[in-house]
Amino acid sequence: MIVLTPKIMQSRPKSRKGKINWARSQEPDYFANMVKLYRQGKYDADSFRRFRLQHGAYGTRLADDYAMVRVKFPAGEVYPHQLEKLSQLSEQFSIGSAHFSTRENIQLHWVVLEDVSEIFRGLAEVGLTSREACGNSVRNVMCSPLSGVCPNEEFDSTPYALATARFFLRNPMAQNLPRKFKFNFTCCEKHGMVRMVDVGLIPQIRQQDGSAQKGFKIFLGGGLGNRSFVGHQLEEFTPEEDLLYTSIAVVRIFDRLGDRKNLARNRMRYLVNDMGWEKFQNLVLKERAIVRATQSVVTKLNVDDTPNKILRPVKISDESISSISDGYFRWLKGNAFKQKQKDYYSVFITLEAGDITSNQLHMLSELTQDFSSEGVARCGFTQNIALRYVHEDDLPRLYSELLKSGLAKSGSLTMSAPIGCSGTTSCNLALTNSHRLAKEIQRKFLELRLDEDDDLRESSIKISGCPNSCGQHGIATIGFFGGGARLEKDMYPNYMMQLGGRSDGETMLGISSIRVPAKRVISVILKIIELFKQNKKPEDDLKSWIHRVANGIDDSEIKSIEDIKKVLTPLTTPPLKTEDSDFYSDYGSDTSYHTKTGKGECAA
Amino acid sequence: MRRLSQEKIVKTTTDIESLRSEIRDKSVRVIDVRREEDYKKNHIPSAINLPLANLLSDDSPERVVKLVNSMGIDDETSVVVYDDTFGALASRVAWTLEFIGHTDVSLLETTFSTWKSLGLENDNKVPEIQSREHSLKLKPEILATAGYLESAKEKEGVILVDNRERLNFLEQHIPGAISLPYRTLATQDKILRPKEDMRRLLDNRGISRDSEIITYCGSVGTLSGLAYYALKSVGLPNAKLYVRSFKEWKSLSKPTEKQEDANYWDLSAE
Repeated sequence: MIVLTPKIMQSRPKSRKGKINWARSQEPDYFANMVKLYRQGKYDADSFRRFRLQHGAYGTRLADDYAMVRVKFPAGEVYPHQLEKLSQLSEQFSIGSAHFSTRENIQLHWVVLEDVSEIFRGLAEVGLTSREACGNSVRNVMCSPLSGVCPNEEFDSTPYALATARFFLRNPMAQNLPRKFKFNFTCCEKHGMVRMVDVGLIPQIRQQDGSAQKGFKIFLGGGLGNRSFVGHQLEEFTPEEDLLYTSIAVVRIFDRLGDRKNLARNRMRYLVNDMGWEKFQNLVLKERAIVRATQSVVTKLNVDDTPNKILRPVKISDESISSISDGYFRWLKGNAFKQKQKDYYSVFITLEAGDITSNQLHMLSELTQDFSSEGVARCGFTQNIALRYVHEDDLPRLYSELLKSGLAKSGSLTMSAPIGCSGTTSCNLALTNSHRLAKEIQRKFLELRLDEDDDLRESSIKISGCPNSCGQHGIATIGFFGGGARLEKDMYPNYMMQLGGRSDGETMLGISSIRVPAKRVISVILKIIELFKQNKKPEDDLKSWIHRVANGIDDSEIKSIEDIKKVLTPLTTPPLKTEDSDFYSDYGSDTSYHTKTGKGECAA
Repeated sequence: MRRLSQEKIVKTTTDIESLRSEIRDKSVRVIDVRREEDYKKNHIPSAINLPLANLLSDDSPERVVKLVNSMGIDDETSVVVYDDTFGALASRVAWTLEFIGHTDVSLLETTFSTWKSLGLENDNKVPEIQSREHSLKLKPEILATAGYLESAKEKEGVILVDNRERLNFLEQHIPGAISLPYRTLATQDKILRPKEDMRRLLDNRGISRDSEIITYCGSVGTLSGLAYYALKSVGLPNAKLYVRSFKEWKSLSKPTEKQEDANYWDLSAE
């Protein structure tokens, strides 16, 4: 139990504002008008769908009258007044909660189509947009939540991510691509996520002629999906002045040569794969030379790298902490990341599969103002959010504030915080309730205190509700994607399990192993952990052990995926429906499972 | 011009400053609809207490007239109602007064909590009331019964509005209803949006002057009462409250509708 002496009341510092206004004030009215025309039959359904997606509103599972609004946080930055607005909007127009995605967006689900423009209006008031969060455009430009604070990084790529987002947003060259297009900036190899995206960038500094030159390692043609590919490095070093030219060149090649007919194969990774990397690489280098030669001088990235002011919001030197609970240290271990800046931590907030209530968003807004010395929150890579530049002395008090708002769950940076896409909670394509499964696994892991196990810390669990990879199952240590299975006449929810995926310097896609019924997923994961504990070497963690097994090179009793399958098979055998009817319903449902899907909108 | 003059007649809310000056002039009867123990602690000066539960224990017109008389309200008395529940409970009381034929009743534009947080005057004095005589001129055109609803909802131009939260609507609702959760109607500090915002919101939803609109909510017509005043605030002339709401509808085993094949509850972070 933490006992604090009453804090000295200080007025809350005013919310800092972002440097870039992403909104356009005329877009809400324009959208409202288009909805009316569509309802009156003056605008055909296909054109309207494209328009709707371009503005960041998805269709909803088997329900034409509802939309999901996906709001972008370019480079993952979200300011306190923006969180407060999102709190209000989720309460007024959605279901009283919102959902953090894996790509630094926040989603408002089950919004009445006619209210979408009202959400746009609210977003515009705080400089946010959902424009090009869906559709065949440049999607949210991501940046590592640790960029700027990571001890391994060479420099902070955040300003470059923001500038790239700014350049492509509403840019005519990116309004009608063959398919969506994604940029990920990161901090370092370890924190990864650059080889499984169309364009991935790691900041690098090169010494040349006695001076340090900024630049990037650029990876192209990776991506997760029905078929996933690992990206290729374009060249040893791309100097910063070539960043924009390279980005434009790649987007132009994709625009020109990407498959516009075959919806299932129109991401750029298929183009790269079909053409062969060397050919594609040459094409990019040539195109870049043309871009460089033909672009006007005004075409350049507007990189604002004036550093954020670091100002500790509340001094607590006059407070004394008389005792600290066990829960605090557990939370600290699983949620706080020591920054390269002395005395400062980045604190990751654990959410359940990315879900957050309106009230928690409101609290988060206040906590960002009260605790983050940079005055802005950053989205993580795993459906979570981080407050950075929290002073070491403020951590216990932050923990006690998080406890009050139900946001103090442990294990955000560990295996006990699985990713689960929205699944059958709202997605047209979903076959299983991956979202709820992720929550169930998290609850079990926390109950067993597995968040405290150092051997599991670097591993991950990621779940998609269908073979498309919104849940990023392909880069998980243990990944799952949903489907239906049948025993005689009876259907049950089922997952394909993939093992050994990772997204760091040794990026590889998980190897398909065995199908696991939804209601057996937790016991199968626990069994794998048990096998690991039995067979690990002293220096192993689960990630390194599975890596060897997935590559078939372990020398213990479990040498390969085949050996794991043998052990797990008995656990995955379906019982008869008369023996166990619960087995035949998905999580979150008490009726018998059946698959039902609508038309996907990814390709619209 | 026509619209403006109509809006003047249907005053829906009373702003804080007007109420304070009316209290000073003793030209208003203020009704606090919170629970008695809350009222006893403190309330807006000169307010009398009518807990919603008290009204609902028997809201037959005859009894309501007696209650109104005992609160010193006659046909000419200007009445302002407030609560601490985003205006929903106050709306139900105000609507009941309207139903028995009282014409000059409005809602305080904000809640008692906000009133207090602004540092405005409050006390715990219970005013002495002289009983008055109110007439009974029922206004059946603002009431919808289950039977009426059933026949009306098939008609062109009738819009049925469900004011419960979105998840509850998805789970079960009266067939044909549209979802307009009560939270959508308010702003952070006012129980109703500004007129222009409200008009645009309703206009987007296809709710117009030509529509007959019936509002309902979960059980006793509070959330939907607020919606009734939201509609009134922008001068929509033909709004009705299905006062017994979804609770009665279900108890009568009338048909309901559900959003099938989606686990939307699992998205909620509760």
